[in-house]
Amino acid sequence: MNYQNLTALDMAIAAALILINGALSLALRLGLERQLLWAAVRTVVQLLAIGYLLGWVFAFAYWYVVLPLMCAMTLIAGLSAAGRGRRTYRGQRIDSIVSVWGSSWLVTAVGLFAVIRIHPWYEPQYAIPILGMILGNTLTGVSLGIERMTQELTSGRNTIEMILALGGSRWEAAQEAIRQAVRAGMIPTLNQMAVVGIVSLPGMMTGQVLAGESPVDAVRYQIVIMFLIAASSALGTVGAVLLTYRRLFSRSHRFLRDRLQER
Amino acid sequence: MSALIETRALARRDERRQAVLLQPTDFALHRADRVSITGASGSGKSVFLRALALLDAPASGQVLWNHRPIANADIPEYRSRICYLSQRPALIDGTVLDNLRFPFSLKSLRKRHFELATVTALLQHAGKSPDFLAKNASDLSGGESQVVALIRTLQLNPEVLLLDEPTAALDPASSRDVEALIDAWFADDPTRAYVWVSHDLEQAQRMSDIHLHMSAGVLSGATQA
Repeated sequence: MNYQNLTALDMAIAAALILINGALSLALRLGLERQLLWAAVRTVVQLLAIGYLLGWVFAFAYWYVVLPLMCAMTLIAGLSAAGRGRRTYRGQRIDSIVSVWGSSWLVTAVGLFAVIRIHPWYEPQYAIPILGMILGNTLTGVSLGIERMTQELTSGRNTIEMILALGGSRWEAAQEAIRQAVRAGMIPTLNQMAVVGIVSLPGMMTGQVLAGESPVDAVRYQIVIMFLIAASSALGTVGAVLLTYRRLFSRSHRFLRDRLQER
Repeated sequence: MSALIETRALARRDERRQAVLLQPTDFALHRADRVSITGASGSGKSVFLRALALLDAPASGQVLWNHRPIANADIPEYRSRICYLSQRPALIDGTVLDNLRFPFSLKSLRKRHFELATVTALLQHAGKSPDFLAKNASDLSGGESQVVALIRTLQLNPEVLLLDEPTAALDPASSRDVEALIDAWFADDPTRAYVWVSHDLEQAQRMSDIHLHMSAGVLSGATQA
């Protein structure tokens, strides 16, 4: 099988399709022209930049090049997981970075050392895309988990205080909120696993097939990745929710509701 | 006379706005005391009561229970005996019975058991028939909800009740039910005591022997600890 390289002209033809969006925006007076232009420019610039960066990293496959890149990716994922939600508390950023970092690196390590077993482990062709896919999903779980947790703690405040006032421990008071938050963080991944291959063809698998890999081999990778993603986003969600719990409930079984604030 | 609970220079601050909510307060509650605290809203009555219930951390000072400071591990036990009742009753999903059974699912109360006879007697005091137990909590009126919340607390045989305007949002009939339940609980055992926070002077006069007043975080007429 051969592989069709794309030229700048090919990309320009595809990019011209944005004119369809532009025309729609004008015709329906959506007022989205500026945003469309900005989005289109960002798509091109960001992807070209990461393409050249990865090209450079792949050429210098040293751990001291790959590792900092992986750290930067993780940090950005952690920060963007903290950026959502209406309510926040002091230390939310750190909690979010810690839970994304811990879960994604643990699971990526399992993937690289135990499942795929590549040598050296930092072979960028494997390490970077796998970490990237895990990070993308973990960050969704973590941010949904934290968001739901702070929301449940706000709306369930009276019930939480009632449980504490009756002699409940901080754990008993927070249990329901924790359960709801962990559920909320894990459901997107479960949904994704339920429809994969039927409704959606994952990007990685599609990419491998486009690059000439046989579909049967490509799905093997996809199966491994799905389980890595599921494990990491579950771990990350639980970690983030428990860290939130520790921040907002003191050892003296008090609910520190003043620490929760609107953004 | 020995105090059930005491405070030593107990003070509260709003950390975010750096405002004083409660000036250092010495207070003692003895057996058989019926204390009322009146004052304008925002004066710090509830702040003080919540601090007594150990629901909010003090900026300084301490609360003593039987003359001893309370360790973190003992706080749930303390709260199951020194019971705080809020103005807004919080009920869990389910029936009235589910709500009354709920406290016994908590670790600190696991050694005690739900007693239907106790609950039925309490319901009778509030003029409710036993089939009230099967009602859905979400169908109750505000007054009925508060009665359920109060019975949920009273069945635990608390040593002390900390009542945070329990009747402020209720109609006169429900208010009388709540007052009658508390009267009966108090009369049942001479070692019991309560602190009633109210903005209703008449109620405070009627329901207490020791009248205290809170103004801008200062509790006046407080007994010396």
